[in-house]
Amino acid sequence: MVIATPKRIKQIKFGLISPKEFRKMSVTRVITADTYDDDGFPIEMGLMDTKLGVIDPGLRCKTCGGRAGECPGHFGHIELVAPVIHVGFAKLIRKILRATCRKCGALLLEPNQKKKYLEQIKTLRKMGQPIEDIVNEVFKEARKAGTCTYCGEVQQEIKFEKPTTYIENEHKLMPTDIRSRLEKITDEDIEVIGMDPQNARPEWIVLTVLPVPPVTMRPSITLESGQRSEDDLTHKLVDIIRINQRFQENREAGAPQLIIEDLWELLQYHVTTFIDNAVSGVPPARHRSGRPLKTLSQRLKGKEGRFRGSLSGKRVNFSARTVISPDPNLRIFEVGVPLEVAKELTITMNVTPRNLDEVKEYVRRGPDNHPGANYIVRADGRRVKITESNSKELADLVELGWKVDRQIKDGDVVLFNRQPSLHRMSIMAHEIKVLPHKTFRLNPAVCPPYNADFDGDEMNLHVPQTEEARAEAKILMHVQENILSPRFGGPIIGGIHDHISGLFLLTNSKEKINKNDALELLRKSEIRELLEPAGMVDHEPYWTGKQIFSQILPGGLNLQFKAEICEQCEVCKGVDCENDAYVVIRDGILERGTIDEKAIGAFKSVILDKLIKEFNSDIACRFIDDATRLSIRGIMHSGFSFGIDDEYIPPEAQSQIDEVMTQAQDKVEKLISAYLAGELEQLPGRTLTETLEMEIMKELSKARDSTGDIAGRHLGMDNSAVIMARSGARGSMLNLTQMAACVGQQAVRGERIKRGYAGRTLSHFEKGDLGAQAHGFVRASYKSGLSPTEYFFHAIGGREGLVDTAVRTSQSGYLQRRLVNALQDLEVQFDGSVRDTRKMIIQFKYGEDGINPMNSDFSKPEAVRRIIDSVVGVKE
Amino acid sequence: MKEKEPAGREFKPLEHKMVPRHEILNEEELKKILSEYNIEKEQMPKIKEADPAAREIQAKIGDVVRIIRESPTAGKAIFYRLVIA
Repeated sequence: MVIATPKRIKQIKFGLISPKEFRKMSVTRVITADTYDDDGFPIEMGLMDTKLGVIDPGLRCKTCGGRAGECPGHFGHIELVAPVIHVGFAKLIRKILRATCRKCGALLLEPNQKKKYLEQIKTLRKMGQPIEDIVNEVFKEARKAGTCTYCGEVQQEIKFEKPTTYIENEHKLMPTDIRSRLEKITDEDIEVIGMDPQNARPEWIVLTVLPVPPVTMRPSITLESGQRSEDDLTHKLVDIIRINQRFQENREAGAPQLIIEDLWELLQYHVTTFIDNAVSGVPPARHRSGRPLKTLSQRLKGKEGRFRGSLSGKRVNFSARTVISPDPNLRIFEVGVPLEVAKELTITMNVTPRNLDEVKEYVRRGPDNHPGANYIVRADGRRVKITESNSKELADLVELGWKVDRQIKDGDVVLFNRQPSLHRMSIMAHEIKVLPHKTFRLNPAVCPPYNADFDGDEMNLHVPQTEEARAEAKILMHVQENILSPRFGGPIIGGIHDHISGLFLLTNSKEKINKNDALELLRKSEIRELLEPAGMVDHEPYWTGKQIFSQILPGGLNLQFKAEICEQCEVCKGVDCENDAYVVIRDGILERGTIDEKAIGAFKSVILDKLIKEFNSDIACRFIDDATRLSIRGIMHSGFSFGIDDEYIPPEAQSQIDEVMTQAQDKVEKLISAYLAGELEQLPGRTLTETLEMEIMKELSKARDSTGDIAGRHLGMDNSAVIMARSGARGSMLNLTQMAACVGQQAVRGERIKRGYAGRTLSHFEKGDLGAQAHGFVRASYKSGLSPTEYFFHAIGGREGLVDTAVRTSQSGYLQRRLVNALQDLEVQFDGSVRDTRKMIIQFKYGEDGINPMNSDFSKPEAVRRIIDSVVGVKE
Repeated sequence: MKEKEPAGREFKPLEHKMVPRHEILNEEELKKILSEYNIEKEQMPKIKEADPAAREIQAKIGDVVRIIRESPTAGKAIFYRLVIA
């Protein structure tokens, strides 16, 4: 294949095509509506004329002599018996007709006005600014004139009926009338209305010649039955030619005006739908089956159109998509690929002396025997499919310089992606692991960067095809290299949900773990020797959970930090913390403290952060693998479950809660009566009613919180939900309060619920009732169950949340798109400045400080402290 | 027309705490900056002559203004802007 040297585009000219131009670019006039003759051969001067290009193999184009695939196709034309209007410009015609004289065609403006507007347009053009505003003003001014200043003709009001009818004085203007009017406009006037007399004369909008697109852009397909099925555009062209012919016959036969007009309208309809089949007011042209035809506009417009569907977005080979599911036994940079997928996706191997034997083995195995091969490409470029029967033969034939499409196998690097691809961690390089069953498997620790879960999510997989692509993927996109997020300089990959609960349970308990259990816990990690037992019970050695966890920490790790469960006491007791919330790791041994979200959680993990920045990503990666596996064993060791019965509150606590609620309601009543009596003290900047609302909201939320505290006192650290909330694994104390004690105020737009019937929210309440219950306060808890009115208010509040997220995602998606488009070509230069492609400076120093946020410590400016501490030797 | 503010109480943009320090570069400094970044003046970000802060320091078209901002991460951040019409 000869690749033409690329040429630089100097300019693009937009304009209308003149009838002359249409005829010039046409290779044949099309006069018959038929396509093929009885022998299946294209009819001359028909819609499939071989002058227009060829699509059937074996035929040659009569214009360029090319075969199917070589010939790009050529335009033909149809001579329309009567002119018709181009729908796309119908509105422009309306504007021009109203702005020009019906007799002499002059633009209805004073000569000096014309001059002024023309000058403005010229300066704007020179500056590359849009001229729309000026042109619209010209049309607006010209329309005001009642009589023509040039010939004295009185102007008539022109009514426009969508899509292509113009009525003047109850008299319909035919396209011929319109065309002759447009022809009369002078070149000077055309420039004043913002058009270019050389490239876009207004009368060219009224079509007298219709171009026939090349056969190559409307290929017919042969069905299995041998029957030909034509493209939608061809169908439409057939309609146009038929009506055109009938029109001509009728006119020549001297048919009455009424019939001529009907046919004219029909011709207009067909040409209109040929251009755009979704014009409002025009019934869309349909296929025999009732499906609307896809005509010119429909090919370009919308998501699946040429621009968004074919040019900005393309489909690719060497890719797979399926549902994802978790597999904690995979390493974080692995991805489980179904065998069926692995058999289909290939990598091309060039046969060299060094891999000849290996390649032969792949070929010998054939396509059905997993790491096999699907195709070979011989030295002469011929592709041969490998089958069960020819695999042995082909394997012996393979020689240097051939290419073999080898199936992907364990360890191959692939790209893994989940939409929406909002940041660079949405596409990462994984190493594949071929597994049975039909889903992609991934370690749950890599869910956060993809924002994936397993409720039916699907993900895509792409196989890089060249050595360069594979090397780039492995060096830049490997999961290991993306543990730190460039957004905030902390790890984005890390433990989630049960990983956190599991390690929390393991490291927070005082349980003595015997040898059997200890080995069981560590089974999946590669630790084969236990350290010195913590002590003996009944002559049996035992270990603590902290010791077990220490086994997976790399030696030489020193760290001290406050855990997530830290209660922010006024005076921190440090190592003597009663909650075991002060973590001390010395030389890879967890001496004190509890492992929770702060230690291993995604987004927050201090340990991971340190491992990557001061050790390396390999060690960090291994730690995540070990930690996630240990945590799963850990959570299974003690067992972990949760049900609504876990929110049981003893009767005395329940009565305390009831009391708080009653008191709060009394207070609200008092506030209301104070308000009604006009004794309520107004807050600055608020109306009296607003003050009341605020006071009530404050009172009720205070009540909800204190019921939560009461419930919390009775639900200790032995409660699963409390463990999850405190360790940061899932949920919050607020969720707990709502389940156990009180759901609280339901709000719409931050206010109590006020909508509903006149003067009240529901008919269950008195008109004007300002009380808590009447405006969406839910006193019950999820466990006790909501009353019908409470339930209804809760649904209102819940709905708002749903609508909010729906609106937010679409808005932030569009914002993201705009930002990406604006920033995509900016680049940090070697001197630290940020510049665009024209080398204009955007920032003198990247981000003011020149720091890559990925290398900063959780985006805090004290990054230097770590270095100083390590040099000066201050305690960690 | 807006009323003139009372004497002695005119609004002074440069004294407002949200307005960073603006100063005009002299020839030498400008040369140094241009060679440091290996750029022409036109490649710099722009500021309008009519910008209140630029007007306050009487920057002319073609001058380059140095803007020194307080930055939470970098302490001080320096920007340069070419004055345009």
